[in-house]
Amino acid sequence: MSGQGFEVVVNQTKKGSIIKLSGTVNRAAKGKLEAAYELASTTDGQILLDFRQVEYINSTGIAVIVGVLAKARAADRDIGAFGLTEHYREVFEITRLSDFMHIYEDAKAGN
Amino acid sequence: MVQLRKRRKTDETVETAPSAVPESVTQVIDPVAIPAGDPLETVLLSTGGPVEVADLELESEAISEIRDAGVELIVPLVGQGELLGALYLGHRLSDQPYSTDDRHLLGSLASQVAPAMKVAQLVREQQAEAKERERIQQEMEVAALIQQTLLPKELPSIPGWKVDAFYRPARAVGGDFYDFIDLGRGRLGVVIGDVTDKGVPAALVMATCRSMLRAAAPRHSSPSAVLMEVNEAIVPEIPPAMFVTCLYAIIDTGAGEVVFANAGHNLPYVRTAEGVIELRATGMPLGLMPEMTYDEKVYRMDSGDVMVLTSDGITEAHNPDREMYGFGRLMGRVAKRGKDGDMVNAIVGDLEDWTGVEVEQEDDITIVVVRRTSSAEDAASAFSPDSREELLASFAVSSIEGNEVLAIARVAEAVGSLGLGGLRLERLKTAVGETVMNAIEHGNENDSSLDVNVEVKATAAAVRIRVSDHGGDKVIPDVETPDLEAKLAGEQTPRGWGLFLIEKMVDEVRIENQDGTHIVELVMNRKGDA
Repeated sequence: MSGQGFEVVVNQTKKGSIIKLSGTVNRAAKGKLEAAYELASTTDGQILLDFRQVEYINSTGIAVIVGVLAKARAADRDIGAFGLTEHYREVFEITRLSDFMHIYEDAKAGN
Repeated sequence: MVQLRKRRKTDETVETAPSAVPESVTQVIDPVAIPAGDPLETVLLSTGGPVEVADLELESEAISEIRDAGVELIVPLVGQGELLGALYLGHRLSDQPYSTDDRHLLGSLASQVAPAMKVAQLVREQQAEAKERERIQQEMEVAALIQQTLLPKELPSIPGWKVDAFYRPARAVGGDFYDFIDLGRGRLGVVIGDVTDKGVPAALVMATCRSMLRAAAPRHSSPSAVLMEVNEAIVPEIPPAMFVTCLYAIIDTGAGEVVFANAGHNLPYVRTAEGVIELRATGMPLGLMPEMTYDEKVYRMDSGDVMVLTSDGITEAHNPDREMYGFGRLMGRVAKRGKDGDMVNAIVGDLEDWTGVEVEQEDDITIVVVRRTSSAEDAASAFSPDSREELLASFAVSSIEGNEVLAIARVAEAVGSLGLGGLRLERLKTAVGETVMNAIEHGNENDSSLDVNVEVKATAAAVRIRVSDHGGDKVIPDVETPDLEAKLAGEQTPRGWGLFLIEKMVDEVRIENQDGTHIVELVMNRKGDA
């Protein structure tokens, strides 16, 4: 864990968009992630969050993800996630985020 | 004195055996004591043989009495330069004066009787001493039995508290006692007392006093009222010149509040984070006089505070130079921080250093120690009691957002060799991160001049992380399960996951405030389900 910042890249495909997150997901990620969501939502289909390069998610990061998920649900968009470590899958289950977004093993299962 | 026979002048016959001598012909001469220092004693010692009373011209009351009793001849019984006794003889039955042969015979008899008498006297004294020793021994055994029967068989077991007691009677068992009374609703009555005097009388008064305290305690929520009732009851019962010193405290084990009153007993000490304080409340000992009133005081024990109650057998113990152990030394001993739970042994050890181990104990020694355990100790008590705690790391991070990541890395490094399962380690890291983040943001309000301190300890069974900040006066809300639906619907803030996550990640979370310091403690068992 390096405490590095947060970066985000959006890949838009025919099936939808993949938002690739990397580094630390905390409150500082809010602006970039919300902007990425806005961009991703311009494409039809599922929006997938790629956590493979994420090193650390804290409770403020969970709040940021909840905020994005709330926007998606308001817009009736389907959001999924993949690349979560075993620990963060558990966190998503404990927080019940996994009740509201599909958790995939990898990107192929989604898009 | 040896009793002798005096013949009446009208005697006709003489029997030698007293039981066979008719009263009409003989008369027993009442023994006449020769006071120590009487001139007659000097004469008899110097003469060493039979002495004619008629020849004595002394200023002596004893001589007058002896003459009045009809004594004609005194045969001193001397042994090792000591006048052991004397034979008093009246007139001979033949009315003849005592002959030289008679005197030789009597002198010879006296020289044989005297050693036998000396031996008899010594035997009698030894028998009397042995009987007295046996009586004292039996009395001490009875006293010890009474005390041992009435002292508590077990110590109270109260979550968040640790109670220790020590009682060691002196050989001549004194009247120390202590007691614990369960008053219900989380309240514990603690008694320590000392009856003046020793042995069975003290033990009986102790038993009476204990019964009265036990009867009065449930009827009053005020220790002062309890002592007043016991005093009124015991004044008419207690033997003269006896009284009872007694401290009675009621501990609200939930709030940590100690309400106490003191009937002339040694003041209790409390070791706090700032030092040792005395719990002062005034009042006369029980049993001295009726209509006494007792001060009542309140003290609130914080986590980690230790209250020490003692009897005067400690403070009044002497060293070989006859100097008393004293209150100052006891207070100093209480102030020293030792290993947890060792207060009793520390005091007893220090006392023995003072008096010497081989020296006979002068008075009963009683110590009662009541500790309000810190949450750390509670968590530790859940571990194997024999496991030693090892400090793995202790560090601080400044209160700058994001520094929780530094803390996570340090903790992960510290526990790296413990073999926590991968998932358990990740959970611990998340819990540490959330806790330190809360400390930075809420406890220290992102004031970069304030540190968040982190301590990592481990036993064979568990890892314990203590995170402290300076937000001791802030109240941490109870942990609630976040309502995700409401958050997703925009009805609640998306935040509010920290405490919830912390609680889910580790096996135990404890929160406490100590003197402006706010401490969150995370306990993770080293072996678990993942």
